[in-house]
Amino acid sequence: MLEERVRKALQDRISATDHPRELAVDVMYRLQQDHGYLSDERLIEGASLLGMTPLELEEIATFYNFIYREPVGKFIIHACDGLLCWMFGQERMIDYLCTTLGVRIGETTSDGLFTIVPTACIGDCDHAPSMLINGVRYGSLTPERIDEILHKLKTEYCELALCR
Amino acid sequence: MNSPFVGDSVNEPVLLKNYRPDRAATFDEYRAGGGYEALTSVVREGSPEQLKEVIKASGLRGRGGAGFPTGTKWNAVRRDAPFPRYAVSNGDEMEPGTFKDRVLIGTDPHLLIEGLVLAAYAVSAEKGFMFIRPSYEQDAQVLERELAAARDAGFLGKNILGSDFSFDVTIHRSGGRYICGEVSAQIQAIEGKRPHPQKGGPFETERGVWGLPTLMNNVETLACVPHIVRNGPAWFKGLAKSESGAGTKLYCVTGMVNQPGCFELPIGTRLSAIIDEHAGGMKPGTRFKTCLPGGASTRYLTAEHYNVEMDFDTMREVGHRLGTAAVIVFDENTCLVASTLNLMEFFARESCGWCTPCREGLPFIRDLLWRIENGEGKDAYIPMLREMARHMSKAYCAFAPGAASPVESLLTDFEDEVREHISQRKCPFRS
Repeated sequence: MLEERVRKALQDRISATDHPRELAVDVMYRLQQDHGYLSDERLIEGASLLGMTPLELEEIATFYNFIYREPVGKFIIHACDGLLCWMFGQERMIDYLCTTLGVRIGETTSDGLFTIVPTACIGDCDHAPSMLINGVRYGSLTPERIDEILHKLKTEYCELALCR
Repeated sequence: MNSPFVGDSVNEPVLLKNYRPDRAATFDEYRAGGGYEALTSVVREGSPEQLKEVIKASGLRGRGGAGFPTGTKWNAVRRDAPFPRYAVSNGDEMEPGTFKDRVLIGTDPHLLIEGLVLAAYAVSAEKGFMFIRPSYEQDAQVLERELAAARDAGFLGKNILGSDFSFDVTIHRSGGRYICGEVSAQIQAIEGKRPHPQKGGPFETERGVWGLPTLMNNVETLACVPHIVRNGPAWFKGLAKSESGAGTKLYCVTGMVNQPGCFELPIGTRLSAIIDEHAGGMKPGTRFKTCLPGGASTRYLTAEHYNVEMDFDTMREVGHRLGTAAVIVFDENTCLVASTLNLMEFFARESCGWCTPCREGLPFIRDLLWRIENGEGKDAYIPMLREMARHMSKAYCAFAPGAASPVESLLTDFEDEVREHISQRKCPFRS
């Protein structure tokens, strides 16, 4: 169930706009924030808040790369597999990430912390190979740098970004 | 990012003049350099018609890839068109190799804000969106903060600078998909619909967001506007190196060069100068083989055109497109079958799936390239690839023909390399 506080905040935003559907992606981002993904229940609630049918919202949810309809980890690693990252050893970096975390692409670590997904060019090509974690760019990746980043995320408090 | 710098014929950077290595310029810093002077003078003393004339006279062309004359687009919103009207900045930048809009927003967010408000004034728009991709969330947050600063100072919102012109902007966060950069798809996305491109109907300047007149411009295009207003169309034209060009251009240079980065240079700067002088030349021990001159949706450009002036018309004259001016440089040791395969993985995944040629054709091309790269290629695949690439012109929007561009040029300009893969039954670049 959606917390009353969250529902109220969303309702206020929706009622302030002439066209609630414009907020569809923002609403989905908010709804998936608490549990990391957009559950069926939340999709249905979101659709009702927006005055859409669940199918209409599902149509959009499944279209976008940053909306998750299945459970994911606290941190989503979007490993860029764009052309420049490919040129500068992205395959090795993704292999390293998978080996270090003990998961395959698309899987979540058993502690629920990390999910690795490949992503289209993230526009960090001057720092290839690069990745995004919860909306934050990490470029010039090496195995050592990946170790540092993962360690930091595991041990330090981290504000979750909106788009993840 | 390496510090952007401007080449010989322009003394100072224009769009990136407020560049700092660590953060975006603040409202006060932007103001100190003459920021919002253009908007102030236009709102107080100029009419929308005059503003449109200035932009038309400047020769500014859209920086998102198509190079459409900005003044013509602005004039396409008819004076008697219905209200409310919309003005949108397209910050969906997802063309592989392209990151100029990110650099621009991260350097001077108010330059984009002022440009968008001016565009809105020109067409009497009252609602605005800044469409931005999720990978640029950090930049979206910067924009959100700076929009509030502009609003507090009276440059945005109701009765801007005490005039009867009101315009406000919201950030529209995308859910993340390449096709959202296409105008009609982006309009669908803003309306909360599945963003398939639309065609056949009137242009968005007539029927855009919610069926109302909508002016959509690329981030870099809008950033040029305040400078044109302040310094005049003749000054803007004078910035260019090419005869038909106008302004500076943000060139993103990546790949096998010493100093990858985003460089602001006079539009029409020669490719050779961009690579050798500004991007620090080829990496030690490498030789230039080819480049994609304008992002992933352009043809491979060979050494034959190494000296071409990088502008819209000059590129077209030699059979190429300037695109987003994202120059991706390949050396002699990079396999072009493998790099084209990478591009096809991208395009096949990002295809919106609406029309058959694109949805079915791109995975087909990808699979043939995969076989060739992995030693399973046959000579018969080459005509098959050519035919499939040709079919992409039958797709619904420009996505698929763009995706076909590197494939077509791979088969034309590097056919020997493809055949070598087939005859050796392996990739000759792999040990």
